[in-house]
Amino acid sequence: MQFHVLAVDDSVIDRKLIERLLKTSSYQVTVVDSGVKALEYLGLVDDEIANTNTDSNPISTIKNHHEVEVNLIITDYCMPGINGYDLLRKIKESTTLKNIPVVIMSSENIPSRINNCLEQGAEEFFLKPVKQSDVNKLKPHLMRGKGKENQPNFVVNKRKPMAECLSPDRIRTKYNYI
Amino acid sequence: MATVGQLQKQFVDFSTSLYREGFLDDQFIQLQKLQDESNPDFVFEVVSLFFEDSEKLLNNLAIALQQQVVDFKQVDAHVHQFKGSSSSIGAHRVKNMCVAFRNFCEEKNLDGCLRCLQQINHEYCLVKNKLENVFRLERQILEAGGTIPLIA
Repeated sequence: MQFHVLAVDDSVIDRKLIERLLKTSSYQVTVVDSGVKALEYLGLVDDEIANTNTDSNPISTIKNHHEVEVNLIITDYCMPGINGYDLLRKIKESTTLKNIPVVIMSSENIPSRINNCLEQGAEEFFLKPVKQSDVNKLKPHLMRGKGKENQPNFVVNKRKPMAECLSPDRIRTKYNYI
Repeated sequence: MATVGQLQKQFVDFSTSLYREGFLDDQFIQLQKLQDESNPDFVFEVVSLFFEDSEKLLNNLAIALQQQVVDFKQVDAHVHQFKGSSSSIGAHRVKNMCVAFRNFCEEKNLDGCLRCLQQINHEYCLVKNKLENVFRLERQILEAGGTIPLIA
């Protein structure tokens, strides 16, 4: 079972670091340098984003034309443009993406920031520099996420035991290309 | 011509001094743990990115502090970035200087900021020099047919 993690960070050094950390755990990794690019990758581009995106491509205004499967999103908090919190919020507000576990990373240890992120639905909050021991904490969230993604109507209950998650062999819902 | 043993001892002595003197911290060791046969140049690559990024940041800081009306928020943003990157590679003294620098930004203390910039430039040059020396010693050991000792 290979998991695909999307990492978002505006720092070139931190991108290299998180990519390596995730790869040592044998995850497939995609790294982007902004929240906007993350949302584009996830196929979620609404009018708000399309207006801020200077290279306006008509295809990018179509929602969910991607068939990319992401099992977890790990994002930096402080980023220019859409920050990690905004990205988290947009993901949790999306009917198609809300079940993807999101983890926030930050160099600043601010309790209110941490609380806000966790309340908004982040699974974990890692203080930078992120270590291998942090990345090791991702597995249970990935395992849980894999079972849920096939049921868009399934209510997310974090306390649900893993045994009740659906088998990952179920056929995935395919999106129609427009 | 130094022997492998002599080079290895030089490497160990030099590396341990860097930790002892606070130039590097545990995060640098974490970076080395991520290096393996499949990624043999990982540390060198990350540190090279750090050097590139730092030089841009230091330049941007100098420009920002030279403005007629200094935008301390912008200065702070650069320092915040520098603090992040130095922390990510384990450049301990540079990171600490960034903390001090941010305090001066918050106070909008131009003199304090200028002094910090000078000191941070100095600390950065020191750690850059030391890291280049580490890489040089590693290369020499490998060229002499030896293996690089692990510093835990």
